[in-house]
Amino acid sequence: MDALRFCLNGTWVEEKSLSPTTTLLRYLRDKKGLTGTKEGCAEGDCGACTVAVAEARGGAAPRWRAVNSCLLLLPMVQGKQVVTVEALRGADGHHPAQEAMAKALGSQCGYCTPGIVMSLFEAVYRDDLDAPWKLDDQLCGNLCRCTGYRPIRSAAQAVAGTCPGDRFREGLAAPGPMALAYTAQGQRFVTPATFGALWDELDAHPDARFVVGGTDLSLEVTKRFAVPPKLVSLEALGELSALTETSSGVSLGATATIAEVEAFTATRLPPLHRMVRYFGARQIKHRGTVGGNLCTASPIGDLAPALIALGAVAVLKSRAGERRVSLDEFFLGYRKTALAPKELLAAIEVPSLGKDVKACSYKVSKRRELDISTVSAGFLVETAADGTVTRARLAYGGMAATPKRAAEAEAALVGQPWRQTSVEAAVKALAKDFQPLSDHRGSAGYRSLVAGNLLRGFFLETQGTPQPTLLPGHASTVQPSGAEGGAR
Amino acid sequence: MTATAPAQTPLHQPALHESGLKHTTGEARYVDDLPAPAGLLVGQVVVSPHARAKILRRDGAKARAVPGVHAVYFAEDVPGLNDVGPVVHDEPLFATSEVQFLGQSVALVVGESYEACRAGVKAVEVDYQPLPAILTIEAAESAGAWLSEPHVMERGDVALGLRSAALRFSGEVRTGAQDHFYLETQVTLALPEEGGSLRLLSSTQHPSEVQAIVAHVLHLGRHQVTVEVPRMGGGFGGKETQAAPFAAMAALAALKLQRPVKVWLNRDQDMVQTGKRHPFRCRFEAGFSPDGALLALDAFLVADGGFSTDLSKAILDRGMFHSDNAYFLPNVRLKGLVAKTNLPSNTAFRGFGGPQGMALIEDVMSRAAERLGLDPAKVRARNFYGPAPRNVTPYHQEVKDCRIERVWQELLASSDYAARRAAVDAFNRGSPWLKRGLAITPVKFGISFTTSFLNQAGAYVVLYADGTAQLNHGGTEMGQGLHTKMLAIAAHELGIAPERIRAMTTATDKVPNTSATAASSGSDLNGQAVKQACETLRQRLTPVAAQLLQVSEAEVTFAQGRVFSSARPEVAVPFEKVTQEAYLKQVSLSAAGYYRTPDISYDRAKGRGKPFHYFAYGAAVSEVELSGLTGEHRLRRVDILHDVGASLVPTIDLGQVEGGFIQGLGWLTCEEVLFDDKGFLRTHSPDTYKIPAFGDAPADFRVKLLEGAPQPDVIHGSKAVGEPPLMLALSAVAALRHAVGSFGRAGAEVELSMPCTPEAVLRAVERARAS
Ligand SMILES: Cc1cc2nc3c(=O)[nH]c(=O)nc-3n(C[C@H](O)[C@H](O)[C@H](O)COP(=O)(O)OP(=O)(O)OC[C@H]3O[C@@H](n4cnc5c(N)ncnc54)[C@H](O)[C@@H]3O)c2cc1C
Ligand code: FES
Ligand code: FES
Repeated sequence: MDALRFCLNGTWVEEKSLSPTTTLLRYLRDKKGLTGTKEGCAEGDCGACTVAVAEARGGAAPRWRAVNSCLLLLPMVQGKQVVTVEALRGADGHHPAQEAMAKALGSQCGYCTPGIVMSLFEAVYRDDLDAPWKLDDQLCGNLCRCTGYRPIRSAAQAVAGTCPGDRFREGLAAPGPMALAYTAQGQRFVTPATFGALWDELDAHPDARFVVGGTDLSLEVTKRFAVPPKLVSLEALGELSALTETSSGVSLGATATIAEVEAFTATRLPPLHRMVRYFGARQIKHRGTVGGNLCTASPIGDLAPALIALGAVAVLKSRAGERRVSLDEFFLGYRKTALAPKELLAAIEVPSLGKDVKACSYKVSKRRELDISTVSAGFLVETAADGTVTRARLAYGGMAATPKRAAEAEAALVGQPWRQTSVEAAVKALAKDFQPLSDHRGSAGYRSLVAGNLLRGFFLETQGTPQPTLLPGHASTVQPSGAEGGAR
Repeated sequence: MTATAPAQTPLHQPALHESGLKHTTGEARYVDDLPAPAGLLVGQVVVSPHARAKILRRDGAKARAVPGVHAVYFAEDVPGLNDVGPVVHDEPLFATSEVQFLGQSVALVVGESYEACRAGVKAVEVDYQPLPAILTIEAAESAGAWLSEPHVMERGDVALGLRSAALRFSGEVRTGAQDHFYLETQVTLALPEEGGSLRLLSSTQHPSEVQAIVAHVLHLGRHQVTVEVPRMGGGFGGKETQAAPFAAMAALAALKLQRPVKVWLNRDQDMVQTGKRHPFRCRFEAGFSPDGALLALDAFLVADGGFSTDLSKAILDRGMFHSDNAYFLPNVRLKGLVAKTNLPSNTAFRGFGGPQGMALIEDVMSRAAERLGLDPAKVRARNFYGPAPRNVTPYHQEVKDCRIERVWQELLASSDYAARRAAVDAFNRGSPWLKRGLAITPVKFGISFTTSFLNQAGAYVVLYADGTAQLNHGGTEMGQGLHTKMLAIAAHELGIAPERIRAMTTATDKVPNTSATAASSGSDLNGQAVKQACETLRQRLTPVAAQLLQVSEAEVTFAQGRVFSSARPEVAVPFEKVTQEAYLKQVSLSAAGYYRTPDISYDRAKGRGKPFHYFAYGAAVSEVELSGLTGEHRLRRVDILHDVGASLVPTIDLGQVEGGFIQGLGWLTCEEVLFDDKGFLRTHSPDTYKIPAFGDAPADFRVKLLEGAPQPDVIHGSKAVGEPPLMLALSAVAALRHAVGSFGRAGAEVELSMPCTPEAVLRAVERARAS
């Protein structure tokens, strides 16, 4: 049997008897006495537990990424480097992130501070912070109840992207292998390095569950105290994370992270990029994956409506081979998918949009950042030369038990001119498509109203109205496909 | 922060937070970070799954048999009084015959690990017979379920005032609950000491009360219980009374088992089991003249107290004390009651009822301006307190040294209010769906505990022969920078650098019988006590120094680490030379200090008195932008001018103003506490309960402290700052009303409820569009 093995603050550690669903946070605090890393929520929503992890992904050189240690199960850092807040200060003094925070009075009670320092730590070494929103994105995974954030923003502005050539940049050691077959305390966690090994593992343990980022699955451990007996991670199967562009469209590997998708789609697929902008926060984007988001089949997962509208196809893979299923048909019911036992989602293919297509995606939530959608939507409308709608794909999240297309509203549009009156008829038809629920995120009435208003907003902006209808800087900003530029 | 020139004294100078660097390295230790003492056990609370139920049976036998479980405690196991109510004994530590909210403690399971305890909790058998529960203020009102007697404040002739008013309208204003969401949840570590004594390390704003409650629960003298607070990861009022029950549980188990025991709540437990900011339901009738002068206000305030009294009466009182905000109400009647519901007992939260009272009057002002078609800024300003006779509050305290007019005028100018309001209106005319709003609102906040005897504090300063010092005071550090301020005061008094002084953890064996660090009073009260203790030490050192320097005692000066002659500064010795000499001369080098606020009192029965030592002032201008399609909104710019007197440490005060504003913004916009119809808290973690995040802070945030405004009779001319800035966030609500109103017709009242979530805003937009 393999041992758990990773590099913690510069020293390789090995563990053989710990439950594989021990979180990195509990390990640091309870086993290593590294109590600088805090627990504020154990669900990825506060950032107090943020640490930095270095690994090489997609053939690129290793780099630091801020992640939530409360959601990382120990096997997920197998072979990787982990740095906690305690290791930042060296013989050469405090790290620039620490100094900047103290100087700006970026801490009051200080409980959020180690996590913020670690998010800043990643920011210090980022060379792609080319738009103001990226700094917001970098820090919105860290809640602070005391400061009101202004001083933290000042600290971030002082050090982000400075890329000092220090020991953290130089010392990015070559990572060890991620592959692992680990059993302890009656629990099994396997990270196969080849598909052959994967299929063998699944044949031997047909009841094993897939996991990749763990940003959905780990919550069962940290919130419901479940003890999943058998997990199979797809993280070491490099080809599953590929992001490629061909003349016919783009393909998103199932284990590509949201952060990778965000960077990849910025110019290649803006309508999806918009949606990803307000997906969780940086820490979540570094771990959450395309496949996890779709396979967890939540009615409020953000990728589904956008991808369905764009006509995406799911590539499913098993020992028997590959098959393709339209994403429209992938969601069978509440948290139920078309995946067969021992079958995984390998990739999502998005066809090229064509030049007469207008498409965009929207997310409306109670809080702009780090929140789950109340309503989300993806729209695609194709018009003929005379302005008649030839194709309409309107997909919504948060409106039904699954992400779902609005068939009645689509029918009301197709064959009609792309005009206000047609849009109003489609909005009316939405009432036949959806009977949403009321919950803590929003009432049924609000959801219905917003669903229609998003379509109205989409229409207005495709008309190039002089004034925006939705908040600038928001994911809801309508952007016809192919348009250039960042999310602001 | 690098000061431009070396200052004579750290007082009134910018400074870093005393623990700032330690926060950034992770070495700052909180209770849960302390290394586990040998034999540590942990506790998990068994809670009620019903909002109200009769308890038919409680049995811990099976739980005690769970491997790793060491004990299960019920009410019967409490050796002293089974109660943790801070004022009224109506809050059992463990429920006996009835549970009164979902989440109420019924038993404690103690074991070797949280896993063992969780298994134990599952195995504890409690049979309940559910009873009808009261879950809303309305239901409490119709059932006549109250936790208080009516409190009435009255001045002038309300009926006459209303009759004479050209504009007379009535309405309801509701404010929501708010979870404290301190990043560090409730935690206490109890350590048994010799002879049946205990030492508690607790995250509490009120160590003396934890000590008192633990003592009576365990039937011990208070001298047997020491409570120490290393630091808190945030408090905001949520650790004023609410640390006590969990501390008492840890203490009970530690005493019985004679092993260290920690009780720590995870986030969901903390949110379900502890109380929040009181929701208020206020009904009012108001009368205004056509030009916006408020002539009369008749208001009825009901606070949702939850299941027990806790501090609810004082919180309701403060709500009423602030129903005037900065406005003179010529004819006024305020009546208040605390409702009893089957919800967690609501408790102190930054502002302590004040924000709720202010939300009422600010809404009344906005509605009047909307109905009259006037600029709300003008309506507000014309109603400010002024010279006599316009200087008397509804509770008959005179408003002296009123600074609101000055703050207002300076802020109107610096924020360019008038031009920007015109620009916003012009923008709105050309923008059908995206609208902006701009508003300015004032804050006047009364400083002092309104329970007068609480206004006292102590300090204990220790000098060592080498000239270094340890500073103890009764206040607790929860991030607000109290230690930083106290260090500045002590360093100033002793004439040494703050680095030579160590702020010690707050402990009941150093400074006894303290009040909570609350009511914004921390630096006012403790600062005076620290000053007094240091003065005593200086007086004792003066003769020693005079002899050393061969000068008269009157000439002896302490500054910048030296002791010298004021007449001939070159005649000097280092401070440590004097302390060393004092030690050799057998002079005592430690001293206690004590302070109580003079001349305050309030007669609740008569609704009259002088509950406040003074008032703090401020104003804010907020500019918002919202989408009429989704109701989403954001702050474009915020300008604040706030009065902290002569700031003790301006960088710290700035942080309090900024942080308070954003916390108020959360309460008023995105934070929504929602219970289901069984009394279960649906928003029990940050997944569903949304405090402001990074991007919710305005990109353009301009905060200034009022200059040249020392406050007489307060420590070094400063003013309290903890709570008042929270209420500056009411300007965002007023600005949202402006934006929403621009969807409708002029002269129509905007119907916007708080918290102004996107849904609430969209509802208001729809109503405005229909008007
Ligand atoms: C704080 C926080 C914020 C979040 N914010 C958002 C948000 O804004 N929008 C949003 O949509 N979601 C959000 N999520 C949910 C989550 O991050 C996403 O759904 C994420 O994409 C899941 O990916 P993962 O790799 O972490 O999934 P995992 O947790 O690893 O897996 C989730 C499920 O999918 C299955 N699975 C994973 N990959 C595959 C595969 N390739 N084939 C078959 N089955 C597979 C697993 O078996 C598991 O059942 C948030 C979560 C957290 C904790
Ligand atoms: S503990 Fe809150 S995000 Fe991990
Ligand atoms: S400093 Fe207290 S939570 Fe950020």
